Amino acid sequence: MSTPPLLSVENLSVRFGGITAVSNISFDVRRREVFTLIGPNGAGKTTVLNIISRIYQQTAGNINFDGYCITGMKPDAVAGLGIARTFQNIELFEHATVLQNLLIGRHTRRQGNFWQHLFFTPSVREAERAAREKVEEVIEFLDLQHYRDLVIAGLPYGIRKVVELARALCIEPRLLLLDEPSSGLNPEETNDLAFWIDDIREELGIAILMVEHDMSLVSRVSDRVLAMNYGEFVALGSPDDVKVHPGVIEAYLGKGNDISLLRRHLP
Amino acid sequence: MRFIFKTSYDQDIRLARHSGYVFWYGLLLAALSVAPFVLPVYWSSLITMTMIYGIVGLGLMLLSGFTGLFSIGHAAFMGVGAYMQGVLTAQGWPFPFALAASMVSSAAVGAVVGLPALRVRGLYLAIATLAFAFIVQEVIVRWESVTGGNRGMAVGMINLFGWKTGSPIVFYYICFALTVLTTLGVLNLLRSPTGRAFVAIRDSEVSAQSMGVTLAYYKTLSFAVSASLAGLGGALSAHMLRFITPDQFGIVQSIDLLLIVMIGGLGSIHGAFFGALFLILTPQVIALSKDYLPPAIGQTVGLQSVLYGLVLIAFVLFEPTGIYGRWVKIRTWFELAPLYRKNLLKRQRRFQKTERLT
Repeated sequence: MSTPPLLSVENLSVRFGGITAVSNISFDVRRREVFTLIGPNGAGKTTVLNIISRIYQQTAGNINFDGYCITGMKPDAVAGLGIARTFQNIELFEHATVLQNLLIGRHTRRQGNFWQHLFFTPSVREAERAAREKVEEVIEFLDLQHYRDLVIAGLPYGIRKVVELARALCIEPRLLLLDEPSSGLNPEETNDLAFWIDDIREELGIAILMVEHDMSLVSRVSDRVLAMNYGEFVALGSPDDVKVHPGVIEAYLGKGNDISLLRRHLP
Repeated sequence: MRFIFKTSYDQDIRLARHSGYVFWYGLLLAALSVAPFVLPVYWSSLITMTMIYGIVGLGLMLLSGFTGLFSIGHAAFMGVGAYMQGVLTAQGWPFPFALAASMVSSAAVGAVVGLPALRVRGLYLAIATLAFAFIVQEVIVRWESVTGGNRGMAVGMINLFGWKTGSPIVFYYICFALTVLTTLGVLNLLRSPTGRAFVAIRDSEVSAQSMGVTLAYYKTLSFAVSASLAGLGGALSAHMLRFITPDQFGIVQSIDLLLIVMIGGLGSIHGAFFGALFLILTPQVIALSKDYLPPAIGQTVGLQSVLYGLVLIAFVLFEPTGIYGRWVKIRTWFELAPLYRKNLLKRQRRFQKTERLT
């Protein structure tokens, strides 16, 4: 490959006390790629995401993002580098409106210091207008116009998921981490999501690393899939290859002879 | 009923959202500017006191209502401001410089107290601030050479570059101007990225971090700004009371300040002033009504504390959004009449909320 990958994870391991949540996982995400982590519950997928966004500390291993080693950074620093994320259980600012939530997404691009904000100088006002303009672009992109001035606490679950995606896009990231973006969405909303993921990659040129259970969505949008089980590497490849990989089938369904053990032996 | 058509982004940035704001706040400002000439001296001094507590309430509101950090030691910051003002005025510092120095020293102390906030949250932070408030009070008591210890300290008259004045009317206008300025400052902060970062920390720390908000910086900043406003209020109250003692800045005062933000309504600027109004007016109302109550109740010693307690419990149970929340409901009722529905502003049920990561 000519260009280096956007994100490369090397030999990542995490232990929480005696439990090894992730052991020796390596992969890389290329520019403009949709890369998906799959695996049964408790496989360590979300943990990998949490380490990349620096909420957890790794026990061993190295993560490089666009030439920077991010393994020693704080969560707010990696956001500044252009890594945005959404959460499995939505983490929006509940008592604020959709618009205010999205404006917080512009925090890394803020201008002016405390004193300028205190006196709301003309330059701050100008920056606010520019931020709003950018936010409006995202609102348009994700069709959130109706909800702009509504408070999050009163919104349905599906819309909150979209707002969280919108807030992440407001960072203008280069890598978007999505933690189970389709959980809790109905088929129609999942369908919209698939279109948006395509658009985010094609129009905005953002690479996506996501954790997802819905295999039809995964096969539809991902370029490559990494399967994990009990924190360990199982398979890596195109969605169709991974789906028929014996290790993946074993992780989800168990071994063939397990089933024969369960079968009642008739006389 | 008013419909607002938004045609420019400035409409969302401007402080006055529509012409109603301009009219009503203009009326309020006009009324307050003529008040000392119209009202009896005693009543205008109550307004002065309300404005001073409004400033302190504004500071605590920024910290507790907007950043989500609770402090039961805010009276200590008032104390630092008050004593600083007292000492510097005695040394002949002009009023504006002394005031600025009081604010800066309170802010510095506030930033130090903010350090535990980087590690602990909620109740533990409240206990840490409480402990700190005791330390400050103890320092004031023991440092007799400067503060006069338990005997207290007289605060000199306001020194405006050589022109000394004890006039309550001048003092009223000083407080009035500072109240307007600090309120505008806080409103400016809240509509800028700094204020949004505060609100983000209040609602979800993990998510604020992932949006690029540096927790340590903004929490310390919030403590410092909040403490400087408390210091300003303390410095003004020192001139108002003319005599300060350490026990004025103890736990009872801190609880009074918490009452301001809780009863006024957490998370609203109006709430700070509603709360201050409640705190100042309630004793007056009690004093006025004493003559009309049966002696068994009216002459009871702890009547005021009992009433405060009852009101606080009633607010926590029935109107957690405080006086401001009630005010919004009444206003909405009038705006929407006759279409107002009973559950229009009802809070969301706990079981409908999603789980949180931390």
